[in-house]
Amino acid sequence: MKIGVFVCHCGSNIAGTVDVVQVAEAAKSMPEVAFAKDTMYACSEPGQQGIIDAIKEMGLDGAVVASCTPRMHGSTFMRTVARAGLNPYMFEMANIREHVSWIGKDKVANTRKAIDLVRMAVAKLAQNKPLYSQSFSINKRVMIIGGGVAGIQAALDCADGGLQVVLVEKTTTIGGKMAKLDKTFPTVDCSSCILGPRMVDVAQHPNITLHASAEVDEVFGYVGNYQVEVRKKATYVNWKTCTGCGACMEKCPSKKSKDPFNELIGTTTAINIPFPQAIPKRASIDRDSCIKFKTGKCGICAKVCPTKAIDYDQQDEMITEEVGAIIAATGFDLMDWHVYGQYGAGRYPDVITSLQYERMLSASGPTGGHIKRPSDKKEPKTIVFIQCVGSRDKSVGRPYCTGFCCMYTAKQAILTKDHIPDSESYVFYMDIRAPGKMYDEFTRRAMEEYGAKYIRGRVSMVYPQDGKMIVRGVDTLAGAQVEVEADLVVLAVGAEGAAGSAQLAEKLRISYDSYGFFMEGHPKLKPVETNTAGVYLAGCAQGPKDIPSSVAQGSAAAAKVLSLFSKDQLQSDPQVSKVDLKRCVGCMKCAITCPFGAIKETEVRGEIKAQVIETICQGCGICTSTCRQGAIQLQNFTDNQILAEVNALLSSETEEA
Amino acid sequence: MNVIALSHSQDRDFIAQVEKESGQNVSLCYQCGNCTAGCPYTFVYDIPVHQMMRLLQAGQKEALLSCRSVWLCATCQSCTTRCPNNIDVAHIVDVLRHMARREGYSTEYGVKSFVDSFLESVEKNGRAFEMGLLLRFIGKTGRFWTDVDLAPKILPKGKLSPLPHKVKNPEAIAKIFERFRQECQK
Amino acid sequence: MSQKLRYAYYPGCSGQGTSKEYEQSTRAVCEALGMELVDIPDWSCCGSSPAHTVDHRLSSALSGRNLALAERLEGVSAILTPCPSCLTNLKVSAHKMKDPEFAAEVNALLDFPVRNTLPVKSILQAIYEDVGPDALRPKAVRLLTGLKLAPYYGCIMNRPPHIMEFDDHENPIAMDQLMEAIGAEAVTFPLKVECCGASFGVARRDIVQKLSGKLLDTAASNGADAVVTACPLCQMNLDLRQDQINVANNTSHNMPVFYYTQLIGLALGMTPSQVGLEKLEVSPMALLESLPARAEAQAQAAKKPASKGAQS
Repeated sequence: MKIGVFVCHCGSNIAGTVDVVQVAEAAKSMPEVAFAKDTMYACSEPGQQGIIDAIKEMGLDGAVVASCTPRMHGSTFMRTVARAGLNPYMFEMANIREHVSWIGKDKVANTRKAIDLVRMAVAKLAQNKPLYSQSFSINKRVMIIGGGVAGIQAALDCADGGLQVVLVEKTTTIGGKMAKLDKTFPTVDCSSCILGPRMVDVAQHPNITLHASAEVDEVFGYVGNYQVEVRKKATYVNWKTCTGCGACMEKCPSKKSKDPFNELIGTTTAINIPFPQAIPKRASIDRDSCIKFKTGKCGICAKVCPTKAIDYDQQDEMITEEVGAIIAATGFDLMDWHVYGQYGAGRYPDVITSLQYERMLSASGPTGGHIKRPSDKKEPKTIVFIQCVGSRDKSVGRPYCTGFCCMYTAKQAILTKDHIPDSESYVFYMDIRAPGKMYDEFTRRAMEEYGAKYIRGRVSMVYPQDGKMIVRGVDTLAGAQVEVEADLVVLAVGAEGAAGSAQLAEKLRISYDSYGFFMEGHPKLKPVETNTAGVYLAGCAQGPKDIPSSVAQGSAAAAKVLSLFSKDQLQSDPQVSKVDLKRCVGCMKCAITCPFGAIKETEVRGEIKAQVIETICQGCGICTSTCRQGAIQLQNFTDNQILAEVNALLSSETEEA
Repeated sequence: MNVIALSHSQDRDFIAQVEKESGQNVSLCYQCGNCTAGCPYTFVYDIPVHQMMRLLQAGQKEALLSCRSVWLCATCQSCTTRCPNNIDVAHIVDVLRHMARREGYSTEYGVKSFVDSFLESVEKNGRAFEMGLLLRFIGKTGRFWTDVDLAPKILPKGKLSPLPHKVKNPEAIAKIFERFRQECQK
Repeated sequence: MSQKLRYAYYPGCSGQGTSKEYEQSTRAVCEALGMELVDIPDWSCCGSSPAHTVDHRLSSALSGRNLALAERLEGVSAILTPCPSCLTNLKVSAHKMKDPEFAAEVNALLDFPVRNTLPVKSILQAIYEDVGPDALRPKAVRLLTGLKLAPYYGCIMNRPPHIMEFDDHENPIAMDQLMEAIGAEAVTFPLKVECCGASFGVARRDIVQKLSGKLLDTAASNGADAVVTACPLCQMNLDLRQDQINVANNTSHNMPVFYYTQLIGLALGMTPSQVGLEKLEVSPMALLESLPARAEAQAQAAKKPASKGAQS
């Protein structure tokens, strides 16, 4: 075999701490190596051409590129060798950037390690075989998990593009956090006025199937062919017959039910429709506060329902949806601010969250759009907004900036002045983060036109005294401790991944961080992709972001799905497991351990054998380590190849010794 | 207003010394001011605590060691408890006070005298002797009327003994002080 | 209690002087609750605040001597002290000496080394955790019903939380619950952990007058009849200096400042002199004598809505 080795400088990224010329020189004496050379940027156009030319001129059978991570450029170089006429799988990559130059400063040691990695790649490549992809057909339906503004945007874009869309929403209505907002920055336009029509579009679109009050239970399959088990949670109301007339709500005697849509400001009835514009506009029963469920007596809603839709015996229903791609748009939740004992940890009724304040501002909220402080229902005159509660605070495990609080706080200060002209708003902030179109101008307006008093500093303590909330903070610009006697305190609580996001990520086999946000495929270049083919992200599920960014991501994820579905067939990755029929004894242990169901039983000349379904196998290799006979092997990652790599590494050590 | 010539007056050794003695990283401070916001002593400080942190980041040794605030901190732990960056601010102020003392500052002479009186009492008796340390304080400061109004209140209660409650072997305690002084001289 | 509660006891210097009544009531209450306190033999001063403001090695050595002495006692489960200042010094010393380098520096100042084997706790923590409000309640023979207390923990009983490791550092509740167990009412007192002015009373009286004055104002405005505290220095500032505070701030507080152990002692049936009530500067006797009448009035008031309402 004639192998070519190409060692990349990556400018100074690699060459700064690795002697790339020496690595290329060392490669020349490795077994099977017919050509070795250093190159400034292997991925650049001239760099790739250099590889193609060498393959053609030297008649090489395979190429090793020693550069960066294969996640970055593996597919780039596979296309390069293919353009030179080789099978793209006759290629190996040695990662001497992330694994060497970026993590060590000792040039001698780095160079030695780089040579070892190249030697291993060469040893493996020497046993590579040409592999060929297979085609498989795809199911051009898409599931979107989460019906907030990002999910709605993605659903409408996909549906308008002709795809069949299944939208799964955990609560009983779509709309997400945006539906709870009164107005939106920086235009101060009515949130439900702009979101409401989109929600109706979802309900009426012929290509969209909406499952509200539903959650993803399990996910099987792979890109192009997912099977998703969806649990439709019992609402105790038959939604096929419920018309959303609201007669049940009017008569329900249990009026102290928790009202999560209104952020627990005020209460609702045990059977309820969360808000007038809800989609679907259907009633559901909160079991915990329903008298019928608690005592067996009542049943008033069933009596008054004109369509006899109440069904106290309703059970959760499991359905399976088959889709080719999934967009996770599960949004965010506020972090649990009760860790802030210095702000009362929930003991003081007149210390509320920004989202609770938003519900007070909303005309359809529990106070009818009047700002009233919870303790005595009086109109507050002095309102203090505290920013960065659960943002940029390592002491509560939230080091990141939520990013949108500065803007909504400015909006709330403006709205406060509109609602109560003789009110005064104080905003305690650390830095004003307003990098968006017309954003900084907006925060300036809050100060200049609406008179909001911005005080640069954190608040150490809030406590009640004589009917007021004493807010003790600091004005770091004046260099002084400050106290404000407030009527109401609004905490700009930071965001974290929505409850249950980690569990969903496990089901989708995508990565997530310790705050419950899903990891994108690449922080710059793959912002809506994940590391699992066919699973995409949109909105705050990926990280905190404002409405325009969430909408943009919804559209971006939809574009990705439309692009994926623009082909009728997908190419499978041929680096999959393969069974050596002579060695296989038909024990089928491999089939038991396979997480993808990619191995089936077959009969060859009367004997049971395992068979890999190539389009389902994901190449994880669990079967190969299960098989006692060594009969099932991952193509181009065979036991022999891995041993060859180990031997290559050890042989270099014995040489040195 | 003072101009801080950052190119010339940053004492990096001072920053390093404070970091070493306190075990804290002063770069973690992002000047949110929460320490000052909660500090009950801000009203008597000449430099509020968040500005002490800022001057420390700028290596302004003289300004810090000569200020009143280092002596007036009572180590009530409000700053440390509420710092969003988990900086033990009270510990840093403690270290600044140690350094101020070592370098001969006594900007709040009364506070320093009280501390000295207390420790002299402990060194002599092994335990704090309240009556004795008050008399020592008066002796140092010449403040003859210190708490004289409290005498008719407390004396009849029989709480203040005219004689110290010594430990059995006061030399054992004095030896701790002696060894400490020897260590300091090394 | 099946298991014998036996502790090493560190009384602290102020217990021999300005907080004699705390010392006296602590010993009496612990005995009544079956908590055996074994005095650390020939204990010495922990160094208190003055030592740590001079040097941490000196401070840790002065505390460390007592830790080492306590470690020689047999069959004790923890070192207890009533005083938060002593508690902080002992705990900080033990905490810092987990670092072997620092421990070596401190041990070099001592006759015999600290092994750092015993946990250090406040008497309050031991009563709260090892006995508990539920076990205290049935032992109370005289409930203090009608007594409204501002529970004041002081600044360092619970802070910093990673060293003190007891109760909530913003809103501690141990003393509230013990007081409620003996029938008293803990009023809302948002300044539970604010500083009283500490040991600045002698050198900078103005500081104490301002900070302790605010505590008294806040206690009064929240309807407290008295303050209950667990700290000798807080108690002295609020009680002995109350007249100074009144003069400086133009107020007229006449608010008794109890040690929580005095009130538990009374509830357990001890006489006022057994818990040293006569040693308090602001006399609580009139307040305590008014309690039976108040309790009666409270009971009457509690009956009223019941008789009006439909509930059976």
